[in-house]
Formats: sequence, C-alpha cells, structure tokens
Amino acid sequence: MTHKTLVQIAKDLAAGKYSSREITQDIIADIKARDAVYNSFISLSEDLALGQADAADARIKVGNADILTGVPFAHKDLFCTQGHTTTAASKMLANFVPPYESTVGQRLLSAGAVCVGKTNMDEFAMGSSNESSFFGAVKNPWDLNAVPGGSSGGSAAAVAAGLVPAATGTDTGGSIRQPASFCNLTGIKPTYGRVSRFGIIAYASSLDQAGPMCQTAEDAAIMLNAMAGFDEQDSTSVQQETPDFTAELNLPLHGLKVGLPKEFFGPGLNPQVAECIMAAVKEIEKLGAQIIDISLPNLELSIPAYYVIAPSEASSNLSRFDGVRYGYRCDKPENLMDLYCRTRAEGFGTEVKRRIMVGTYALSEGYYDAYYVKAQRIRRLIKDDFARALSQVDVIMGPVAPTPAFDLGSNTKDPVAMYLEDIYTLSANMAGIPAMSAPAGFVNGRPVGLHIMGNYFAEAKLLNIAHQYQQVTDWHLQTPTSNNVPVSNQEKGA
Amino acid sequence: MSWEIVIGLEIHVQLATKSKLFSGAKAGFGAAPNTQTTLVDLGMPGALPVFNQEALRMAVAFGTAIDAEVCKHSVFARKNYFYPDSPKGYQTSQMDHPIVGLGHLDIQLEDRSIKRIGVTRAHLEEDAGKSLHEDYDGMTGIDLNRSSTPLLEIVSEPDMRNAKEAVAYMRKMHAIVTTIGISDGNMAEGSMRCDANVSIRPKGQEKLGTRAELKNINSFKFIERAINVEVERQIDILEDGGKIVQETRLYDSDKNETRPMRSKEEANDYRYFPCPDLLPIEIDDAYIDAIRQSLPELPDQRSARFVSQLGLSEYDASVLSASRTLADYFEAVVLVCNDAKLSANWVTGELSKYMNQHNVEIDQVPVTAVHLGQLINRIMDDTINSKGAKAVFDELWNQAGEVDAIIEANGLKQVSDIGAIEAMVDDVIASSPKQVQQYADAEVEKRGKMLGFFMGQVMKASKGSANPGQVNGLLKKKLDLLC
Repeated sequence: MTHKTLVQIAKDLAAGKYSSREITQDIIADIKARDAVYNSFISLSEDLALGQADAADARIKVGNADILTGVPFAHKDLFCTQGHTTTAASKMLANFVPPYESTVGQRLLSAGAVCVGKTNMDEFAMGSSNESSFFGAVKNPWDLNAVPGGSSGGSAAAVAAGLVPAATGTDTGGSIRQPASFCNLTGIKPTYGRVSRFGIIAYASSLDQAGPMCQTAEDAAIMLNAMAGFDEQDSTSVQQETPDFTAELNLPLHGLKVGLPKEFFGPGLNPQVAECIMAAVKEIEKLGAQIIDISLPNLELSIPAYYVIAPSEASSNLSRFDGVRYGYRCDKPENLMDLYCRTRAEGFGTEVKRRIMVGTYALSEGYYDAYYVKAQRIRRLIKDDFARALSQVDVIMGPVAPTPAFDLGSNTKDPVAMYLEDIYTLSANMAGIPAMSAPAGFVNGRPVGLHIMGNYFAEAKLLNIAHQYQQVTDWHLQTPTSNNVPVSNQEKGA
Repeated sequence: MSWEIVIGLEIHVQLATKSKLFSGAKAGFGAAPNTQTTLVDLGMPGALPVFNQEALRMAVAFGTAIDAEVCKHSVFARKNYFYPDSPKGYQTSQMDHPIVGLGHLDIQLEDRSIKRIGVTRAHLEEDAGKSLHEDYDGMTGIDLNRSSTPLLEIVSEPDMRNAKEAVAYMRKMHAIVTTIGISDGNMAEGSMRCDANVSIRPKGQEKLGTRAELKNINSFKFIERAINVEVERQIDILEDGGKIVQETRLYDSDKNETRPMRSKEEANDYRYFPCPDLLPIEIDDAYIDAIRQSLPELPDQRSARFVSQLGLSEYDASVLSASRTLADYFEAVVLVCNDAKLSANWVTGELSKYMNQHNVEIDQVPVTAVHLGQLINRIMDDTINSKGAKAVFDELWNQAGEVDAIIEANGLKQVSDIGAIEAMVDDVIASSPKQVQQYADAEVEKRGKMLGFFMGQVMKASKGSANPGQVNGLLKKKLDLLC
C-alpha cells in the first residue's frame, strides 16, 4: 500500500480492488507499526476514520463518489477536527477537543476523504525543523539523523515514509515548502486568501495559508481542488471562482518565461543545492521555457521584517490561551495573575514564548513605529519587488532552502541560524503570492526541492510546470526505500 | 479661587443589530449565561470574525446624523489586554482610522442659549463579556453573551463646562441614536452608558488640569451627580494644596461619591495594531449618501417643525424634541386633542412634574397619550376646569381608568349652569359685606386684583367645579353694579 499516489488509490477504489475501510484499516495499522521511528503522528482518529470510510464506501457503491471519496489523508494538527484532539503540538492544547471542523477539513470530508489522524509539527507552527513540538521531534524518513523541516514536518515525514498518500500543511513563512523540499514531496502554498483559514489555529493571520503536501503535482492539484474556495467565515478569503487546478496540468511549457533572481543564488546557498536547482532549470528550459535573470533587491530584508510581523501577530493570536476556557490550566492558581503567568509559562514551549516576547516588544508603545510599522513598509517593498519581477516573467524559480535537511539538534541552540533557513520562502508569504516546492534531486541522500513562485492566483500555472517537470524526471518517484537502502542502514552510514 | 470645570464624555452606544459585531450570535439582553455565543464569541482556537454590515450602516447613519465626516477608509485594530471576560485576549476596536471623524452637536443650555459641543470621533468596537463575582462561592463566573455585541463609542471634545451641559449633551445623543433607530437607548440595561473625563482649572488658565475618568455611568441623573461630586472632590484637594492623580474612578450612587477603581496595577500598554483577520472597511459616497437620504426626521428638524407647524415656542419645541419618545408622546397627544399649545403645556408641565416626582422616564409613564389628549379635550369643551383636570390626571397616573368615568365618579364636572353659578355668586356677595365695601372703595384699577377673594369663595362653594370664566364674569358684573 505504501507510496501509492492519491490518483492510484482513487482508481483502485473505483475499480473495487479494495474498499475505503480496508485501505483505511491498513494505513492505520501501518502507522501503528512504523511511525514509532518517525514520530510523524500526534494522534490517530481510528473510529472517526472508519466511520468516514464506511460512508465513502456507501458513496462509491451508489456511484456518487468524488475523486477523493474514500482516500485516506492526514491533517496537520493545527486544523480543528470536530470531536478529535487538536493540539498545535503544544502542551497548551494537549487536551483540546474542538467542537467544530475547520473549513478545509469540512471540504475534504464533504469530498469523501478519510482523515486517519493528526500529524506532528512545530509548536503552534513556529519553527523550521519540527523540533519545537511538545510531542517530540520528527525524524526525516530519508535520513533519521536529519530533521524533516518545519513547521509541517509531521505531514512531510508521514507522506515521505509512505504512511499516508497526502497530508495537509500550513505555510506562514515556508512551513509547507521547506519540509516538502527536505522530504522529497510536492507541496504548494496557495495565494493568500485562496484557502480558508477558518478553523486553523492562527499563528500569523496575515501570512498563514494552508495547502496540500503530496507525492506528485497531480495529487497536489486534486487536493487543492477540494481545499480551496471562498469561505464567508473567513473575511480574508478571496471571493473569486476557484478553477479546476488539474485542468492545465498538461499544457506545454513553450514560451514560459522563468525568472532566476540573483539574490536566490548568493553566497549563503549550498553549492550542491545550487547544482540541483540549475539542473532542474535546464530541464525546464528543454521543455521550451525561456530563462531570464531577474532581481528581487529587498529579499534579504524579508527575514527581519518577517520576524517582526509574524511574532507581533502571534503575540496577539496566542493571547486566548489563558487557561480560562479550554486547554491547559496551571495547578491551583492563587489569583488571576498567577493563573495567567503559570498557565502560559508552563503551557508554551521555548520558541513560542520567544516569539510572543518578540512580538509583544515590537508592538509596545514607543517601539511600534520603529518595528511593526517599518516591517510593514518593508513588506510593501517586497511586494513591489515581486510585482516588478512578475511583469517581466511568468514564474520565478530558485531553491526552497539554502541547504538540504540539516541534522537534528544542529540549529536548536541558535534561533537566528534557524531563522536564516527561511530566507527563500518568507518573501512569498510577505507578498501573498503562491509558491511551491517540487522534488529536484538529492545531496548526500537528502532531497532538494525546486522552488516555483508565481503571480496571484497562478496556482494552476505552478502545478502545470511541476507536473510537466515530473513527466520528464523521476525525483518525485524516489522513496526512502526505493534504492533498496534500508532506512536503518542509512542511519548507520551517516 | 474660582474654578472652571472641563468635561469630555465618551458615550458607549450598544447598536441594535440582530446579531453581534463579528458573529452570527443573537445580540440581546437577559438570556441565560453563555447561551448567545458562537465559536467566535468564545474565542475558540481557529475561529475568525466576520464584520456585521448592519453595524456599519448604523455607524454611518450616526455620522451623517451629526453631520460628521464619515470615513471612506476605516480599520479595525486589536486592543490587547488580558481579562477573563475578554475571551480572545484582545478587543477588536478602531484606533487610527475610526469610521466617523469630526462632527458636532448643539445643545440647549438652561438660559435657553445654544452651545455647540465638538465630537472628536466615533468608532465601532466589540463589547466584552461579563465577570460575575457573586453567587459562585469565591470563584468568578464568566458570561460571554455580551461578548462581541456591537458598540459605537462616541468621543466628545472637552467642551462642556458643567454637569448640566454634560447631561444635555448625553440627552441629545440619546435623542439622536434613538431617533435614527441605531440603539434602544435603554440605559438601565447598559445600552447607553458613558465615561466622563472631568478636570478643573483656575478660571482663565489655558492649560487643562489633570483629569479623572469616571467609568460606566448609566443614567442621566448619575452623570450630573457623579460629575458634581467629583468636581467637589477635586476642588477640595487643590484648595488643600494637594494634587489630582490621573486615574479611573467609579461613581457609587448609594454613597454619592467617586472612588478609584480596583487598580489594574500598572499602566496598560494595549499594543494596538491593525486586526489581520478583518479587511479595512472601504465605503463610497453613494453608500454614505443613500444612508443620509434614509435618515428619519432628526431632533433638531422636529423641533423646527414644532415651531413652524404647531406654533410652539422655541423652548417648548426643543424640550419636547429632546427625546424621541417624548416627542412621539407629545405628537400623539396633539393627534387626539388637536391643540399643540395645551398639549405642550401639559407634557412639559404636569406630566414632567410627575415624571420627576416618581423618577420615571417617558416610556414608563402610566398615563397614555390618548388619555392625556382626551383630558385636554374635556378642558377645551369646558367639561372640567384646570383644577379638576389636575385631579383627573392624578387619578390617571395613580389608578388608571377612563377620563370621563373619573370625571363622573369624582363629581369634577364643571358647573356651567348660569343659574346655579349666579346663586352661588349672590350668596358670596351677600355674606361678605366688608369685602364688598372694600371693593367699592378701591380705585377702579385695583379692583381686578380684589376679585380673587370672591373667586376663591365661589370656587370653594362649588367645590372647585364652577366654570371659572363664568364666575369671574358674573362677579365683576354684580360687584360693579353695587359700586
């Protein structure tokens, strides 16, 4: 069953090769058997999943099935699931059972997809390595010494390990693309507003966007079809018709103008990663694209600006976790202040507390103009950079991250080094444009992702390029076990 | 030393929308705790606000009603603070870009002159929930029914110079918001409440004194009392050589004193920033104009009509138009009796007197406008005289009933039978020879005044039911014959 794509499973279900209940049971058993190594799941929702599978089987039987009907997937544990714990990988919400389903979750359920469980992540989506989870770090199935990336590291590891065919992720500064790059997956962060944020626990509201993490561009298009769409419950969701993201997958790339920003290939970039990316770009050129050198002059400013804006919003978004209504509450509070202080001191992890402090500081009287307002101005500059670039080219390509997956523990003591990992991904969130990662090779056995960014609402174009690339390459078909190197041997060898 | 008082008001008006400012929950008063809440009002993880367009329409209606600048671009901001009845840890409000900008309001002072009070701004914000400190045995209950109900906060310039002006301003605001229908204006239920910023300074000094903010005052009477008692407190402190501390204070109506509110320990830094979950509000002239066009008759317009159409004095007109319910009541009385002047006299006279004595607002008076109109009809058709009318009014107020039945039952019908009145007049003249002599000896110009004695005697003899006009005419005629 492992490493079947969504499309393959959908075909099998339609052909009656197995039922949704059967594959759901198999997948859950497989996760139980193998996930102890990766720690990619925080919880399994077996009973709910089997109920959903039975309903899907009934739909398939009466010929009322959607392409996703009966297909199992996993949710990042940031999506509220009705009746099933949703923790944000935090002690603060370890016991939180939402009374409602996120809009994305509801849309997937309506399509008949079966949610088998909730994947691990950086606490409250704050991190680039999945090491800040209250439920422990996640290991990269490609190399157990490596991080899977973050914050959607559990979703990435689960799909890479072949535990589930697809998973949801969220991307505030690269949290879908960087783990997709580190785990050899196809992941897309849609245009801000394309996918409803309702029911997704907020990190930084003006940057958060959900998207799929899959094995192929085609699977990602199918998942995005189900996830995207206007939602009147999210005022920032865009009231625009949602196209069929699979419709343009097979268009040729003749005449496509690809921009390569020189800032994406500066000194910080690992040369071997650069080689992989340039090889991928060559391949795309062969498919008929024209490669153009461009510049995004304010790219470097995206790190300081992001690390003001995101923590500022987070400091406010996370205020609701106060021990009063749900979630963790400290033992025997002496008074209100004690309740607040100890609940939050004990309930949040180090990185979350760091960002709350940074954001609180940036918004404080006397600092607001120097930090928050200035960061918003930089955000505008970055947006303008992209607008200028995307008036010359159709898409922008480069690396997703400066390095392949790094070793577990290597960046945990230096938060700034960790923040620098996000240099290529943050700007797309700042501008709100869609961006994706597609498998483009390996460096020392660790995957490298090609970063494709486009104009607002150009998801279909990005998926088209990735799909065409995947027709002439097989990086995306590689699995941690496909070269017959057992994962444990890799671990020994490393 | 002579002090000048400086007062500015922040009025919170609860908008009468069906649902809350950012959720579909019902926005009403008095439901069981936490039954009028959604995920949004409870501050659930992942819940997002959706702006209620009806609240926008109401805020714009207010802006146009006071001729203020209505801002085409306004922005919701988060005011961050921790409190158990603030479920998100922040209140969604407006800071740098409110929906309503500069405007003004004209109030009438006691000397009947008009004073213009500046309105700095009005902005939309959500209300907090309620902390219930009683009944939970040492614990605090949280009721989030009120959480996210829409408020319009109207901030005035520090233009008022005494408590009466503040009350007049508040009353005028009340009249406007109830007239344009954006609030029920029910102060007892907290639909309209105000914070008063009060300071004093030596007369002639430019610089403002240190102010105290009196929080959550919820009746017209308390505004006046709270300000006055606070002014006295400040004068006492300054005249004793002390200093005023800038702080928020609470008015205790039982003790008639203000005292510092439970201190929130340190100065709050609310860390305002634009709410990333809500788009800026963008509106255009067409939208604003359509709302302006649909405004009902405003208090000032109504007052002008009372003068031009009904012939009332400026003063009566402004008093009667000061509240929508009062003006509605007055017009309903006129509709029955068709005499605006008499109606105005009764509403601003006897009715207001009773309202003050019994401490009730116009919407709670026991005498209906129809009854008062019928009563005035009976005065006009000479069935009763004004004294009898007051007795009927008293009965209507205290025991209800129908006007004619009360007149009948109490024998208040005016005696207009000329023969009966003539007999009473003759009796009085016959039994008062001394006074008749004095009358006859008096100069002609002074006789009018002396008639009062005889009038009183006849009215007494008739138990107040004689038609005073007829009595007066007969007395004059008969006494003059004796001279």
